[in-house]
Amino acid sequence: MKSFTYERADTPAAATAAFARAPGARFIAGGTNLLDLMKLEIETPAHLIDVSRLALDKIEATKEGGLRIGAMVRNTDLASDARVRRDYGLLSRALVAGASGQLRNKATTAGNLLQRTRCPYFYDTNQPCNKRKPGSGCAAIGGFNRLHAVVGASEACIATHPSDMAVAMRAFDAAVETVDAAGKVRAIPLADFYRAPGTTPHLETVLAPGELITAVTLPKPVGGTHVYHKVRDRASYAFALISVGVIVQRDGTGRVALGGIGYKPWRVEAAEAELPRGAKAVASGLLAGAKTTHENAYKLPLVERTLAGVLAQAKG
Amino acid sequence: MKFETPATTNPIDQLKVIGKPTRRIDGPLKTTGTAPYAYERHDVAANQAYGYVVGSAIAKGRIASMNLDAAKAAPGVLAIVTAANAGKLAKGDFNTAKLLGGPEIDHYHQAIALVVAESFEQARAAASLVRVEYTRGKGAYDLAAAMGTAIKPQASFGTEPDSGIGNFAAAFAEAPVQLDARYTTPDHSHAMMEPHASIAAWEGDKLTVWTSNQMIAWSVGDMAKTLGIPKENIRFDSPYIGGGFGGKLFNRADALLAVLGAKAAGRPVKVALTRPLMINNTTHRPATIQRVRLGATADGKLTAVGHESWSGDLPGGGPETAVGQTRLLYAGENRMTAMRLAVLDLPEGNAMRAPGEAPGLMALEIAVDEMAEKLAMDPVAFRVLNDTQVDPEKPSRPFSQRRLNECMETGAERFGWSKRNPKPGLTRDGRWLVGMGVAAAFRNNLNGPSAARVRLDKSGIVTVETDMTDIGTGTYTIIAQTAAEMMGVPLDKVVVKLGDSAFPVSAGSGGQWGANSSTAGVYAACVKLREAVAQKLGINAADAVFADSKVKAGRRSAPLGDAAADGELVAEDMMEYGDLAEKYQQSTFGAHFCEVGVDAMTGEIRVRRMLAVCAAGRILNPKSARSQVIGAMTMGAGAALMEELAVDKRFGFFVNHDLAGYEVPVHADIPHQEVIFLDETDPTTSPMKAKGVGELGICGVAAAVANAIYNATGVRVRDYPITLDKLLDKLPDIA
Ligand SMILES: Cc1cc2nc3c(=O)[nH]c(=O)nc-3n(C[C@H](O)[C@H](O)[C@H](O)COP(=O)(O)OP(=O)(O)OC[C@H]3O[C@@H](n4cnc5c(N)ncnc54)[C@H](O)[C@@H]3O)c2cc1C
Ligand code: SF4
Repeated sequence: MKSFTYERADTPAAATAAFARAPGARFIAGGTNLLDLMKLEIETPAHLIDVSRLALDKIEATKEGGLRIGAMVRNTDLASDARVRRDYGLLSRALVAGASGQLRNKATTAGNLLQRTRCPYFYDTNQPCNKRKPGSGCAAIGGFNRLHAVVGASEACIATHPSDMAVAMRAFDAAVETVDAAGKVRAIPLADFYRAPGTTPHLETVLAPGELITAVTLPKPVGGTHVYHKVRDRASYAFALISVGVIVQRDGTGRVALGGIGYKPWRVEAAEAELPRGAKAVASGLLAGAKTTHENAYKLPLVERTLAGVLAQAKG
Repeated sequence: MKFETPATTNPIDQLKVIGKPTRRIDGPLKTTGTAPYAYERHDVAANQAYGYVVGSAIAKGRIASMNLDAAKAAPGVLAIVTAANAGKLAKGDFNTAKLLGGPEIDHYHQAIALVVAESFEQARAAASLVRVEYTRGKGAYDLAAAMGTAIKPQASFGTEPDSGIGNFAAAFAEAPVQLDARYTTPDHSHAMMEPHASIAAWEGDKLTVWTSNQMIAWSVGDMAKTLGIPKENIRFDSPYIGGGFGGKLFNRADALLAVLGAKAAGRPVKVALTRPLMINNTTHRPATIQRVRLGATADGKLTAVGHESWSGDLPGGGPETAVGQTRLLYAGENRMTAMRLAVLDLPEGNAMRAPGEAPGLMALEIAVDEMAEKLAMDPVAFRVLNDTQVDPEKPSRPFSQRRLNECMETGAERFGWSKRNPKPGLTRDGRWLVGMGVAAAFRNNLNGPSAARVRLDKSGIVTVETDMTDIGTGTYTIIAQTAAEMMGVPLDKVVVKLGDSAFPVSAGSGGQWGANSSTAGVYAACVKLREAVAQKLGINAADAVFADSKVKAGRRSAPLGDAAADGELVAEDMMEYGDLAEKYQQSTFGAHFCEVGVDAMTGEIRVRRMLAVCAAGRILNPKSARSQVIGAMTMGAGAALMEELAVDKRFGFFVNHDLAGYEVPVHADIPHQEVIFLDETDPTTSPMKAKGVGELGICGVAAAVANAIYNATGVRVRDYPITLDKLLDKLPDIA
């Protein structure tokens, strides 16, 4: 770990101002991802701005009938909130399928969205990795890539985004609210939040340096039956091989979002129109243009089969 | 004391303390976090500095240059050790690759430097400033590709690479029912909780190492050899070990580098290996490719048994002895086994819990299941039919005790085996395909010479000292039970001190030989102490009864402590062995039963319940023995379903080198486990009449899971781990 300086911010404005004074700093929330990355010198900020005690820890009703989830709401608190459990069950289920109880107690909404890939080569600083060290190559291509992306990947990077929470949020059409040092506030649809790897896989989101996430908003509830199925080799405490979240209405219409297959939670609205025709049709729309390796080709049939199972379950 | 003829009745047979389910005497220390594990022994030496190991970034080649300037100038840095400045170092007998590499590099993450600093953080930060340029060499990292170059290795630990009897080729060719299948098992990591860790301190030419090590005397000897100093000048102390599973049988880089770091820095130094280093710097269970051929008569009698195994290791290493059990497990007049060894430049392979048998049975016991199916026989009945009470390769040599059939039949009864549908893929529970599987467990019993010292003080406290280790197995407790039984005192009057090389040399912990061997050593020392007590009290040792903290003979009775009234009594002895283990094949047996559910949609596999029935001699402490077996069953389920070190065949290393990437089972994977021990004693093993169980428990488990998956789905997977991607395209259509 490189040595670094530390300060704690009391307000969002103080946090963004602190960043403006120390470009190259990082915000730290629960620290469950950032600290690991710093120990391994994958991230080497010279300055940390602790945002974990900002008063962004509330879940409030919006006037549109949805919820505003503060950036510092812990994953545990979000999953167990009565309104979330009642109206956004998919989110609650996705959250509790992630990490462990201890980690969820620390992990925050913003931190979860910004957690970095679990590609094992990204974690080994001896290996080439374009995401960690732009231009060094991608060791996963041609290497161990059973866990890697099948859609949206590039020649430069085939990493996945590992968040479960984000998959559910994507299904709800969530938006990310931010503020920058100039006090400018914006709301970014989660659909537009993550950047495709292209030739610059180290740039993962559309956030500008120093832009602080303040909340995630969920539009008003959409009803329906919510099922989240996270497929993994062990029963708990493992990242998804793939995950499938669905919201199915009585008339057979609904929404589908996938995790573990690309650089972002994967949703293709056009494919959802196929829902009444069953899993195969939806999966083929969702996975259009998929590119697989010998080791991760199983993800395509797995998505289809898991979706079929989930849809059957949603029908009851 | 020499154990040369089968044991007759002795004080252990009273079973007042031995054989009773007994809580660990060291349990409170562990549950309160006060058991002193190696890295946390802050009190043993003042002024400890911290060492951080730099591992090689390449798997094979040379260090072209190494620049230490920036690291040396970093805050807090006290010293940097490299092969260039460490002086002459020999390689230990138990190490295949050097613990401090350079300029030649033998494997990925081989240690090439230790940075010593005032704090851990400073050492780690400075370690990243060590600049190394490498010249990459060409290495071999792919076992399947290297198979063709594999050679017949030398005998290792007394195991010959080849064996046979009769005419296997002819008998197999003629057999009306045949099986010829290939199986693979991947590289496994011990993944124990406590990392390798050591603190070293020099006082003049005397060296002390506080460490975490299973085999104290081996490792002291290897350290002496490596440094070229007399072993009398070295003390190792390893009283608590947070798991080893074979990964701590030998010195690893933490120990040697702490020693060298302490010398260079002129003060005590502590070093722990990080999780990635545990995986690529230390040893692992090597991958195997196995071919099993079985031939049987139409009514199910095995006539031909053939098993070959290929594995790889660094030059000078040894094979994974995966065919060992096949030489002994089933009858059959015509047999062949063979092991072949390829050179691979991956990290060094070595023992992991039940080396040989664990991967060997993963293959053999699927093959047996496949054969039973070909014969349209129940797999339990097929195994029972092919039982043998003698060593099949040397039929004049009987097993000392072999109740495999009883394990099978008891297990079948208790597990509800009769409810299993022999036709695979037909049992449903909602979306789950459900199946049951069985496999035999087999692991040889090994005994080793083991010494102990016992002390008696005037308050009647008995203190046992031996360099035996407790690797989480419960050794403290069974040794206390042994001394309590022998000296006629309650458990709380016994103090047990372990893991210090200043104590008499024990058998150590490995190969499931620890429990029987070390308690037999304590037995021998207690026999001597009993004699000394009797003599002191002026009674005939043969008449003396040791009970209730008293010594009685006829009408005389004296408190035990009286014998030490005018000074502590000390007795020391070593148990040694004659040729009973040659006359009799001493092995341990079991049957594993498993029920799994396989999600018909996703192929996810979940174990539902497991049962083990074990026949392993006298069970000294049913409570800790059960813990050993359920832990081993868990590890076996891991081997079946998830454990695999992923090899990068281009760069030559294990890619998933942390516990997020190398998955081992969590609680949710293991819903229900049951263990039954058959009530037995084996008088040929020692006066304790016990054998090992800690490795028996893992043997066969993975195959039982694999066979259950087959029964559930009708899909036979012969390559471990059995993950859903290997089932998916053969599961029922989803339509
Ligand atoms: C062993 C393990 C298992 C896990 N398993 C899972 C799993 O199964 N599923 C899953 O989804 N996740 C899993 N996780 C990941 C976990 O969910 C994340 O580590 C966690 O959500 C990160 O939140 P945090 O608050 O700790 O973030 P931090 O580590 O504090 O920060 C993460 C990133 O977010 C940035 N950041 C934080 N707050 C803000 C803000 N307000 N504005 C802008 N930037 C910000 C930080 O600068 C940093 O770059 C696992 C983690 C571990 C360690
Ligand atoms: S997939 Fe992406 S993160 Fe992984 S090695 Fe390649 S570039 Fe790096």
